[in-house]
Formats: sequence, structure tokens, C-alpha cells
Amino acid sequence: MWPRIRALVIKEFLALLRDKVARMTMIVPPLLQLVIFGYAATFNIRDIPYAVYDQDGGAASHELLARFEGSSFFRRKAVLTAERQIAPVIDDKRVLLVIHIGPQFSRDLLAHRPARIQVIIDGRNSNTAALAGNYVNEVVQGFDTEWAATHGWQAPPAQLVVRSWFNPDLLSRWFIVPGIIGLLTLVVTLLATGLSVARERESGTFDQLLVTPLGSAEILLGKSVPGFVIGLMEATVILVAAVFWFDVPFTGSLVALYLGLVVFLLSGIGIGLMISSMSVTQQQGALGVFLFMVPAVILSGFATPIANMPLAVQYLTYLDPLRYFLVILRGTFLQGDGAGVLGSQYAGLAALALASMTLAAWLFRHRMS
Amino acid sequence: MATAALVFKDVEKRFAAGGGRITEALKGLSVEIAAGVITGLLGPDGAGKTTLMRLAAGLLLPDRGQISVFGHDATSEARASSGSIGYMPQRFGLYEDLTVRENLELYADLQGLAGDARSARYDELLVMTALGPFGTRRAGALSGGMKQKLGLACVLLSTPRLLLLDEPTVGVDPISRRELWIIIERLAREGVTVLMSTAYLDEAERCQDLVMLNEGRLLGQAGPESFRAPLVGRSYLVRAADGGRRRLQQQLAHRTGVIDAQLQASEVRVILSEGATPQPGPGETWEQAVPRVEDAFVALLQGGRTRVKREAAAAGPASGPVRLPPGVVIMARDLRRSFGTFEAVKGVSFDVSTGEVFGLLGANGAGKTTAFRMLCGLLLPTAGKLSVAGADMYHAGASARQRIGYVSQRFVLYGNLSVAQNLQFFAGVYGLGRAALDARLRWAEEEFDLGPYRSVNASALSVGYKQRLALACALLHEPQILFLDEPTSGVDPLARREFWERINALAHDGVTVMVTTHFMEEAEYCDRLVLMSQGEVLASGTPPEIRRLAQTPERPDPTMEDAFIVLIAEHEQSIRRAS
Amino acid sequence: MNRMRLRGLIRKEFLQIMRDPSAIAIAVVLPFVLLLLFGYGVSLNARRVPLALVAPHSPQAQELLGGFDHSPYFVPRRYATMAAATHALVRRRVQGIVWLRSDFGRHVLARGNAGIGVFVNGVDANNAGLLEAYIRGVWLGWLSRQAQAQGSALSVPVTVEQRIWFNAALRSRNYLVPGLIAIVMTLIGALLTAQVVSREWERGTMEALMATPVSMADILLSKLIPYFVLGMAGMALSVAMAVWLFTVPLRGTLLVLFSASGLFLLVALGMGLLISTVAKNQFISATIAIVTTFLPAFILSGFIFDLNSMPWPVRLLTHIVAARYFVAILQTVFGAGDLWPVVLANAAALCVMAAFFLGLTWRLSRKRLD
Repeated sequence: MWPRIRALVIKEFLALLRDKVARMTMIVPPLLQLVIFGYAATFNIRDIPYAVYDQDGGAASHELLARFEGSSFFRRKAVLTAERQIAPVIDDKRVLLVIHIGPQFSRDLLAHRPARIQVIIDGRNSNTAALAGNYVNEVVQGFDTEWAATHGWQAPPAQLVVRSWFNPDLLSRWFIVPGIIGLLTLVVTLLATGLSVARERESGTFDQLLVTPLGSAEILLGKSVPGFVIGLMEATVILVAAVFWFDVPFTGSLVALYLGLVVFLLSGIGIGLMISSMSVTQQQGALGVFLFMVPAVILSGFATPIANMPLAVQYLTYLDPLRYFLVILRGTFLQGDGAGVLGSQYAGLAALALASMTLAAWLFRHRMS
Repeated sequence: MATAALVFKDVEKRFAAGGGRITEALKGLSVEIAAGVITGLLGPDGAGKTTLMRLAAGLLLPDRGQISVFGHDATSEARASSGSIGYMPQRFGLYEDLTVRENLELYADLQGLAGDARSARYDELLVMTALGPFGTRRAGALSGGMKQKLGLACVLLSTPRLLLLDEPTVGVDPISRRELWIIIERLAREGVTVLMSTAYLDEAERCQDLVMLNEGRLLGQAGPESFRAPLVGRSYLVRAADGGRRRLQQQLAHRTGVIDAQLQASEVRVILSEGATPQPGPGETWEQAVPRVEDAFVALLQGGRTRVKREAAAAGPASGPVRLPPGVVIMARDLRRSFGTFEAVKGVSFDVSTGEVFGLLGANGAGKTTAFRMLCGLLLPTAGKLSVAGADMYHAGASARQRIGYVSQRFVLYGNLSVAQNLQFFAGVYGLGRAALDARLRWAEEEFDLGPYRSVNASALSVGYKQRLALACALLHEPQILFLDEPTSGVDPLARREFWERINALAHDGVTVMVTTHFMEEAEYCDRLVLMSQGEVLASGTPPEIRRLAQTPERPDPTMEDAFIVLIAEHEQSIRRAS
Repeated sequence: MNRMRLRGLIRKEFLQIMRDPSAIAIAVVLPFVLLLLFGYGVSLNARRVPLALVAPHSPQAQELLGGFDHSPYFVPRRYATMAAATHALVRRRVQGIVWLRSDFGRHVLARGNAGIGVFVNGVDANNAGLLEAYIRGVWLGWLSRQAQAQGSALSVPVTVEQRIWFNAALRSRNYLVPGLIAIVMTLIGALLTAQVVSREWERGTMEALMATPVSMADILLSKLIPYFVLGMAGMALSVAMAVWLFTVPLRGTLLVLFSASGLFLLVALGMGLLISTVAKNQFISATIAIVTTFLPAFILSGFIFDLNSMPWPVRLLTHIVAARYFVAILQTVFGAGDLWPVVLANAAALCVMAAFFLGLTWRLSRKRLD
């Protein structure tokens, strides 16, 4: 049995990687995308473009605005002189927000009366708007604390002392880059396996394969190996890049991560082979890969939390291997997790791997004719 | 020259063959095709026939030289002249999901046929091609012959002055082939210049002019008469007293002075080399025959070809295959298979004994391949029983499949793997040990002359070499039963001869061979065969038995093709009577 | 170009579409299913976040915690000790902890500026940031209640009055759904056309077509027009779903929306045709289609990750992602209205890209076999 499988595995590798263009399309884009997406995919906003409409012009307003000027989160793009100028700068997306300080601002503050400022935020991207609002609040809170202390205001009865664990500066890169490992590994695995049976069906070599003594389990095993090896290697490269290039701390157990990677690859391969066994032409195979990959990525919790989804959709995500692997990745990277904590994630992945492999073998046998 | 329809002057065409290699398809070809006649384009695989056609149609540009069509430079005015050229590629691109009528309408639009001329032309073409009753049928559901006729009709919509046909009759049953020829000859009478390439050399006899290419060069151009002339006195029909024509053919093939020895009906056709005289052996009667174009073709080309290494093939591998005991090896009883409502195989039964060469004959769509796939375990029969070496291949385990070798249609191999990698793969999956593997790989490279092509990608091989490689891969594990599905389709006459010599040698060694083919004359190489049409067996028996079915006083010695046509006609009548 | 030839080819293309319904499925069923799934599934609005509360039983502490009980954002869970709460946080049972020390009440009464410990799981940084803001909101509410109870004004010098334009409720669906339309249409465009040219080559129909007097422009147009019509049908369906199913307000006009969609579809189809024309085999064409369409549209279009937050080299790179322009137009036309400066600038970019892809396809597809 082993010499047969060995020959098959060699053949699968050659078929996948012997053509230079095919080799390039399998290997280069994932690495390129790691670099680009690693930088691009961030929820942290910097250099928020804003405009100032200051009707007060007093010392207090100058002091407050100086804090915005000094913050790395904000960049002033315009100074407005009339209320009607506000709408155009926001509409055209020249600025994300406008700080409007009313004429009574300094007078109120000096008279020990609470003052108000108005912040107009472009809500078209609600997440950015919410974050920008938070940053404005932070700057103003800093001003308040200092003003209260220097001008004899009474301190509030209680203060918030906020710490965030595992990611003290709330860098979304620490969240996204480990996710990219899972994302790209899934894409590579699906590409390596999703078209492999259909390609042989189309070229006719599939019949040739079936009349050899190879059993269908052996054929599927042979087809799994290249996807597994390529996926493992690319995941490792991306892992190294995540730690040493993007400086994402790796605090957990490498064994726990690789255990997860292996089960994740198996479930990805199982799904790829399932798609492949179902499709008669490569076009159908490609369509199948697309149809699985797109929801698998969007609903995995990669960018938007699963907890925010309606319950029905949340149940659906249990069929998504990426969902489990993202938890393993983020757990081992940031939370210092070992294999023990991640038991339920492994179980979910293993169940998916087993189910998809079994189904792939069944489909493979039943779609032979 | 006013009468030349197509002129090639010193034309060169090169292609990148991958890996930095360059194939020269045409090497300074100069040829003139006369207007108003049917010219046949002959040559072995890779001679440059298709390249010539595509250049003439303006689909390729020559690297050097001039091409003119009716006096216009085809390279610079490709667009202008393309209206006067009709071109039917080897695999004519019918839209299979469109109906016959819709295909015609599309091509009428493309050729700018005006509305009122259109319907008259449709009717004319549908009558000519006898496709009238099938106007609303999807093109994909037509038989091979009907598809070719529809393709031809699409090309003929705007009556081209020059008609280029690239192997229009390949895979078409003999009846459809005759009908296609009637159409072509009628067009020629109407003044259309026809240039057609063909693998059937009997068709060359019907052309007025023949152009023979070899390796991108012109080997000769003349009418069939002049082609045959040098062969007068060199073609013989030989008959042995004891009637063992297969043995006789093998003896004759290796006699000095004999270029070619082929089975032809009940005799062996022998071609002598120039200057040789017949040397009849004991019990042989030699009779001079009228030379054919095929004789001339073989005589012209045989010199440059490597002969099969008979000794190696006959001696076989060192160990020799483990022979199956004599008796029935393959058995089929009332085998049926339907696809939806369409019944592809309608109750087929036969037995094949150890060491027999057994043929399944019929045109494309006769159900040969479906029957074949069921035998190999690739397809589950809808009904009926079958066994191969005592097992049902569909459910059999690895050891049963270890006994069979399989060459599928179109010689499918892993195109982006090299020759050596393909061989190694198949040796590996058949579980050959290291020592056996090396020995068999060496055997394959020697026996099939694949050594020089070791590192060439399988997809870059010529059809002839693909066939060799496919056969080599199927033989590596020394199977007891060999399944060959259309192993000679698209292969030139010389490679076909070589192939059958190998099969003979294998059968001699006790390998049971099951083969499908649509070349009627190849039936002669089978010990027994069944003739199929539309899923049904028309006749079964030895070749002489089947030929005898068509024997009439006017036709004392019918060919297999005659038999086929007679049997089809009888079959259709019986259907008509029944309904 | 010749009207009769073009008409013939287009009719053929439509007949093929009707016979093989997979194209209709891709154009109409696919956007429906994907949009349904994603429209509900993709949201950045955290609701009912599990939050651990560790606090003494003093009335002051309970008064503060009551704010969490009444907030729609939290599902508070009480823990007796900080150790138990920490364990829950590590095990991902809660997203954050609010910790009031046992002397909290005393400090508050004494105006001793009591500390409120807040710990959030920062793994999902974005979510953690939002969580922090929600907690801050509860705290501010408590502060003003405290101030009112003591009869004094709020003890904070400056308060911020936020006015969010276009989307006052900060409903993430309002900007995610229009972005999803762009992503889904990117997929549809590529899937529809990525194989229609290579298919003709593989089936041998291209060689037969080329031997007729048709021009390459005829062939390309005959591919473009039917799939454009199909794509627009998918687009119309998507817009209808966005407006009626997901109740995303459409502030701009349909005319602008559909003109921009048509333009974008031209780019997407042009890209598909280009891949189909250039790729040698289906494996490579499928790989290129998967790699160059979905992930860039997902990550580099501004659909979810803000373009302004990206470093400048990446931001420069996003200019070659067509979805970027379409997302900007869609988010503006849906969220704000026909703001011409935004619409025109992005439409101009789409025009350039459409011209580029279609022109390149046209140049690369010569009427020759070699």
C-alpha cells in the first residue's frame, strides 16, 4: 500500500507545482497578501482629519485645541469661520469630524460653570465614527482633569481606571495578523485540493487512476498530502512573519498552536476534497471553493465578532473551521493559552475534519460514474 | 497562375514547445492548390497538416514566406479573404447546448447572410445533410456523423470559394462518411475548391490531387494515379493454403524485400521494396494487386521509420506475465446502461477467452466506450452481469485491478508531468518494487523508443508518442488483460501498423486484449469481435464470419466496411418492420 | 463591428444562459443568499456583552452597578472574588470586568475619589475599545445622577455633545450592507465572465468562430452585454434587499446608484474577461480569480477597514482595487445622498479602470491562434 501512496503523493506534488505559473500563483500571492493585509487590516485609526470652528477664541479654547493638535490621533485639516462651512467639509470626506466651540466657552469655564463643546462626526462608517468619538472623549477628559485640578474644581466621586489585558494598547494588528494566518492557510488549502479531482475528471486521467489498484481512500489520501504540506509550510512562514515582522507577541504554547493547525488543515482539506468530489468540471470546483470560502471568511469572526450575529447565523458558524482556528490562534498568540484551555476548539475542528473527510470519501465513491 | 486557389511560397512556421524548445511545424513549404478540384492532404502525425490549414484560414501568421488565396495576400488581407474561405477545424466548435437550427442561425448571422437568402439556404443545406428532421434537436445530442454534417453545413452557409476541411471524417461511421463524401463531391462539381486532410487513405483515392507532407516538408504532389504508378508490380495479395492469415502476415512482415504486410479481408496485402521480386513460400499463392494510395503512402514513409523491435516484444519481459488459465476471461451477459432516459447500451453479451484479441467495433456513439467502462469497473451497469477474470471490477479490490491494464480514449496522461515521471507514477501505483521498477522502466524506454523523450512533458508529445507512452504505462505491471479504448484514433497509418504488431505480440504471449475501434479495417486483427450500433450488437464472430454476412453474388469478397453498411441497413429495416 | 453579427452572437450567448441556468444562479441567487447571510451576520455593534462585576454590597456600589443592569449593551454577571472573575475572563466567558473595592462606598461618601477598576479582554482590540466606551457611558450616567442627588451641577468642566451625521444611531449595518453589495458584485462579475472566453477555447468553438468574418470586438461585446444585463439584475436585487430587508436608508437617487453600479460592473466584467483571456488553463484562471477579487475587495476596499488608517504605501495600493471606489460611492449614496464631489471623483476612477481592463483585453485577444 505505501509504495502506491508514495507514487501518488509524488505525482500530486508534481501536478500541482511543476508548472511555473501554477507554482507562483500558489505561493507568491499568500505571502504578498500577508504583508499588505497585515498593514491594511486595522481598526485603529490615526491622523483623524478634523476641522475646527472656534467661535470663542479665548485662552481656554486655545488650551483645549492645543491638546488636539498635540495628539497623534488627530490632524487638523481646516479652520472654519462660519456654521455653513461645516456641511461641505464633512460631505466631501475632507474631514471626519468638526469640533465646534461656542462663543460662551471660556466665559463659562472661568465662571466655574460646566461648558459644552459640540463634535459633529461623519457617521457613514459607524465604527470609525464611534472610535473617533472615543478619542475625542479621551482628549477632553485629559483637559478636564487638568483644568479641574488647576482651577479648584471638585474631583468626581470616582474615577475609571481602565486596563486592557492581553493587548494593553488595543492594537488591532495584534488581533488581525494572527487571523490572517488562518485566512490565508484556508485559501491555500482550498485551492490545492478543491480543483484536484475535477481537474483529473476533465482531463480523463481520473478513469486511468480508478482502474489502477489504488482504492478510493488511497487516492483521497494521496490528494490530501500536498495541500497539507503546502498549508503547513505557508502557515509556518506566515507565523514567523507575524512574530518577527509584525511584532505580534507569541505568548502561548507552540504545540497547542500546531495541534490546532494540523486539525484545521485536515478539516480544510476535507472540505476541499468534498467540493472537488462533487464537481465534474474545474469551473464547478472553482465556484464551490468561492461559495465556501467567502462566507467562511466573513462569518468566521475574522473582522466582525461572532457574538454580534443573530443566533441563527451564530449556529451556522459552527460549520466554519476558521471560526475555531481563529480562537486557537488568538488564544495562543495573545492570551498565553496552552492546549488544555482550547479543548472545545480542537473538538469542533476534529468533528468537522472527520465529517468532511467521510463525506468526501462517500461522494468520491458515488460520483465515480 | 489563374487556376491556383491557394499558394504557399516558402512558408515557415515555428511554435514554442515549452522549455525553450521550438517546434518547426512547416519548414519552407511551397505548394499550390488548384482551383475547382478536391485536393487531399496526407501525411503522418506532426507533418504540419493542421498548421497548413490554419495558415490558409488566416488563423496563424507565417514566420516567413507568402500565402495567397485566389491571388490575394492572405497574411495582410486576412479579414478580406476570410469571407471566401470556409474552414472546418478538426474538432468543429458546435455549440452543443444550442439546437441544430440555432447553430445554423448563429453562423448565418456571423457570415452576414441576408434574411431572404437565408431560409432558402437552410432548406437546401438541411436537405443536403439530411438533418431536416433534427432541426430542433440540441447539437450535443447528435451522433458523431450528424455533428460533422452540421459543422459542414455551418461552414457552407455562404458558399465559400475555398473549403478547408481538417480530418472531417474521423470517428464517423461508414454510412455518414459516404454521405459526407457525396456532399463534398457535389460542392466540387459546383466549383468549390476543397482541401481536406484525412487519415483514411481510401478517401485519398477519391481526390483529384494529393499533397503529401512529412515533417513540415512537401513529400510529393500528384494525382492518385501518379502516386500509385510506382507501386505497380510491387503490391500483392497473398493467400496461404492452410488459411492462417495472422501467422502468414507475421511471417511476411519479416521477409526480406517486404516493406509492409497487412491483413486485408481473407488475404495479406504485401508491398515489396523497389526492385524486389516476390518470393512465395511453401503453400502461398501470390497474386498481383492494383496498387492503392495507402501502399504508396507506406512505401514513401516506411524508410524513415524505426521498425518495432520484434525480438524484444516477442521475448517480452524477463519474468513473463503470469498467464491466466485457458477459458473464458471476460464475460458479459445482457449488459445494459442508461443515462436518464437515454439507453446507451441495450443488452450486450459476449465471452472473451484467454489470449484472444477481442474487438468492439462501431462508430462514435455506438455504445462501445460505455460498454468498455462497465467492464473496467468505471461505470455500474443498469442491468446485466459481467465478470473480468472472475471478478466484478466495480466492486473488486486492488488485486483484481492489478491484473488489468487500461489505455483510455485520447491517451490521457498527466500532461504536465514528464515521460519519465508518468512512467514512474504508474510503476509506483502498481506497486512495483525497486528492482522490478528499474527493469520495467528500462524496458519501456527501449521497447517504445521513449528514451530521447524522458524529460519532455507528456502534453508536448506527438499523438503517436502519446499512444506509445499510454501503452507503456498500461503494460508496466504486466497485466493479464489489456483494455484499449480507441487506441488508434487520430494516429497515422504507420503508427497504427506498429501498434497492431505490438498487440499481436502481446496476444501471442497469452495476454487477453480487448479493444475498441472505429476503423473497420482494423477488425481484421481481432480474433473475434462484436459490431455495435446505437447500443446494440449487430453481429458477432470472427472477422471472416462477419464479412460473410454481407456476401452476395455481385460482391464475393466484401470488406468489413461493406459488412457494416449491410448490417446497419438490415437492422434499420428490422426496426421499421417491428414498429 | 457589424450589427447582424453582434446580434447573432448575443442571441447565442443568451440562449446558452437560458439552457445552462448556472449563470442565472450566479447572478441572481448568489447575491440573494450572500447578502442575506452577511447582512445579518456582519455587524460591529456589540450588544449584550457578558461583563463580570465584582463589588461590595454597599448602596453606592449597587447604585453604580444598576447602570450596567439597565444598559442594553451588557449582560452583567456577578462574581464574588476577583480571582473567579479573572478566571472567567481568561476562559472567554466574559469580555471584561468592573471591579469595585470593598472600601468603594466609604471613598465615594468621603469624596475620596474612589478608583473603579475596569479590565477588558483586549484580544479583539476594536471590540474592547467599544466596550470601554460603553462602560464609560455607564460611569458618566452615574456621575450625573450623583451630582443631581447632591443638588450640584456636574463636576466635569467640559462635556462633549456628539452629533453623528448620516447615522445617528451608529448602526453598523447602514455602512456595511452597501459595502457588502460591492463585495458581492465583485464576486459575481468575476465568476460570470472569468471562464466564458476560456470555455470557448476549450470546446473548440473559438477556432470555428475565428474562421468566420467576426471581429474580436464583436466577440468581446457579445460576452459583455448579456452578462452586464444579468449583473444589473443581481444589482437591482441587492439594492432592493438593502432598502427593504435591511432597512438601510437610501438618501441618494436610484439613477446615480445604478449609473455607478453599471460602471463598476463594467470594471468587474472587464477584469473577469481579462483573466479569462490571459489564463492558460482553468486552474490558474480560478486561482487568479479567487486571489485577486475576494480578499482585496474584502480588506482593501474600505468596506470594513478604514482606508485612512492604512500606511501610505498600502493606501496607494488600494487605488488599484476597483471595489474601493464603488464602496465609497455606495456608502455615500446610501448614507448621505448624491454628494457630487465624492460620486464624480470615484466614478472617474472607475471609468479609467473599465477602460484599462477592457482595452487591455481587447489588445490581448487577437484574432489569431498563436
